[in-house]
Amino acid sequence: MKVLVAVKRVIDYNVKIRVKPDHSDVDLTNVKMAMNPFCEIAVEEAVRLKEKGVATEIVAVTVGPKAAQEQLRTALALGADRAIHVETEERVESLAVAKLLKGVVDEEQPGLVILGKQAIDTDNNQTGQMLAALANMGQGTFASEVAFGDGVEEGEVRVTREIDGGLQTVALKLPAVVTTDLRLNEPRYAKLPDIMKAKKKPLDTRTPEALGVSVASGLSLLKVETPAERKGGIKLGSVDELIDKLKNEAKVL
Amino acid sequence: MSILVLAEHHDGQLAAGTAHVVGAALAIGGDIDILVAGDDVAGVAEAAARLDGVSCVRVADAPAYAHQLAEPLAELLAQLADDYSHVLAAASTEGKNVLPRVAALKDVSQISEILSVESADTFKRPIYAGNAIATVQSSDAFKVITVRTTAFDPVADGGGATIEALDIVVSSELSRFIGEELAQNERPELGGARVVISGGRGMGNGDNFKLLDGIADKLGAAIGASRAAVDAGFVPNDMQVGQTGKIVAPDLYIAVGISGAIQHLAGMKDSKVIVAINKDDEAPIFQVADYGLVGDLFEILPELEQKL
Ligand SMILES: Cc1cc2nc3c(=O)[nH]c(=O)nc-3n(C[C@H](O)[C@H](O)[C@H](O)COP(=O)(O)OP(=O)(O)OC[C@H]3O[C@@H](n4cnc5c(N)ncnc54)[C@H](O)[C@@H]3O)c2cc1C
Repeated sequence: MKVLVAVKRVIDYNVKIRVKPDHSDVDLTNVKMAMNPFCEIAVEEAVRLKEKGVATEIVAVTVGPKAAQEQLRTALALGADRAIHVETEERVESLAVAKLLKGVVDEEQPGLVILGKQAIDTDNNQTGQMLAALANMGQGTFASEVAFGDGVEEGEVRVTREIDGGLQTVALKLPAVVTTDLRLNEPRYAKLPDIMKAKKKPLDTRTPEALGVSVASGLSLLKVETPAERKGGIKLGSVDELIDKLKNEAKVL
Repeated sequence: MSILVLAEHHDGQLAAGTAHVVGAALAIGGDIDILVAGDDVAGVAEAAARLDGVSCVRVADAPAYAHQLAEPLAELLAQLADDYSHVLAAASTEGKNVLPRVAALKDVSQISEILSVESADTFKRPIYAGNAIATVQSSDAFKVITVRTTAFDPVADGGGATIEALDIVVSSELSRFIGEELAQNERPELGGARVVISGGRGMGNGDNFKLLDGIADKLGAAIGASRAAVDAGFVPNDMQVGQTGKIVAPDLYIAVGISGAIQHLAGMKDSKVIVAINKDDEAPIFQVADYGLVGDLFEILPELEQKL
């Protein structure tokens, strides 16, 4: 089975962000960028499926600027076989990303598509579900376990999902879309020889025009602001003092 | 304008979040209907009809909607879309699962997890783990929106909406429900609790979470956790507070043995009063805490429980 994995280039999760002085957006100049953490988990899951003999080929795909090829190379170093870069310098909203991925799905005909559940920049949590709708596939979102074989029916994948009340398990007809949650796996690090080998793996480019997708969006970003800062408070010397403050100052007890 | 709110329910009970979503719908303005979809949900429909400000509760009662699977539910919502200018749901795992699918079926964008309504087409929402707030405007004729429930006051009970049965049954071959493992919990729900006490990696192991029980009992608190505590297997995933877990904004949040990573702060920094208990006096959690106690949680927690 061919597995398609979508990855996104985002700000490194350790970086403290700055809003541009003109409030037009977050300032990303000279900021450390990385693969979205949930996408790392998606790549890792695909690699594990290949190690188990379930996946036969892993294709990594990204939608983004020229520089996003770095993240594709990372995916290749981690075990993807080849990569597709849908190149655009424009700001692309989730719906357009889903349409572009649908274009790639039509070309590649994967048995399974794995994406991160959300990107840590927009925090949208939309793309996987939108792709599933456009491709008329079932969706296993917020996955903490993805199972094949082992009592799972032929032509299906069983996905355990992290939901507000606990865990839910569903069976999806293949091809299907899975989005990853934090506890699906712990991603490995790329080894140096694999990083060298990744440079020689095939990386194809596509454009939105070639896929016949307009990246125009019904949403416009009017303003980006820094939220009101919480002021740090005081350190207290004892439990008695804490109880007194909570009762008499904050009045929450 | 007319707004459809997707009701959330569990075990025949309307979820508390739905009244907050109706609160957001009121801020947008216009006629408000609620969709209750599920299997055997007459009781939920009655509860939804009592919410203030609601005109009509539309009920899709069929086995196909049991367990709220996204595939049939999104199809149903897409079929109802033509009657509405907006569809709203809570930014819960259910709303997040279903609504983007509706948006794609209708070829429109989704606005995720709104914090405020600026006008009927303009909203504020958090980005970058809440470290920036974006104001976004939608020109789509049909707007698909999830709502951060802690950011909107709930509407009261006292309404008398009409109840209308829908006979649209959509079934989907794409997915099948297998099972559920739901946390059994006598405590208040994390998202709605007035007091939340959360433990982190500093708790050391799952057994030590019992140290929080007595305090939670005395305060009527819900118990939460950091990702590190969940990843380490101390407690189940439904207790995680943060960017990718639950968002809470109680009157009082007590963080115990939690360092205060931005991803954790994203889930609790709108709490009214924050207390931090940590042995490291430089832990970043103290930068957002109103009251801090520097010390060993294994000494502080028993004393706190006893003196409360
Ligand atoms: C994509 C992504 C999403 C994430 N989402 C979330 C999320 O939703 N929620 C979340 O919480 N995290 C999230 N994280 C993880 C986050 O970055 C931190 O790793 C995590 O919050 C740390 O948990 P912690 O504070 O319990 O552990 P630590 O950072 O290890 O802190 C433990 C604290 O306990 C204190 N301590 C230890 N022993 C004692 C003692 N005896 N008495 C008192 N204090 C003690 C220590 O001083 C320390 O400050 C996410 C990370 C990523 C990359």
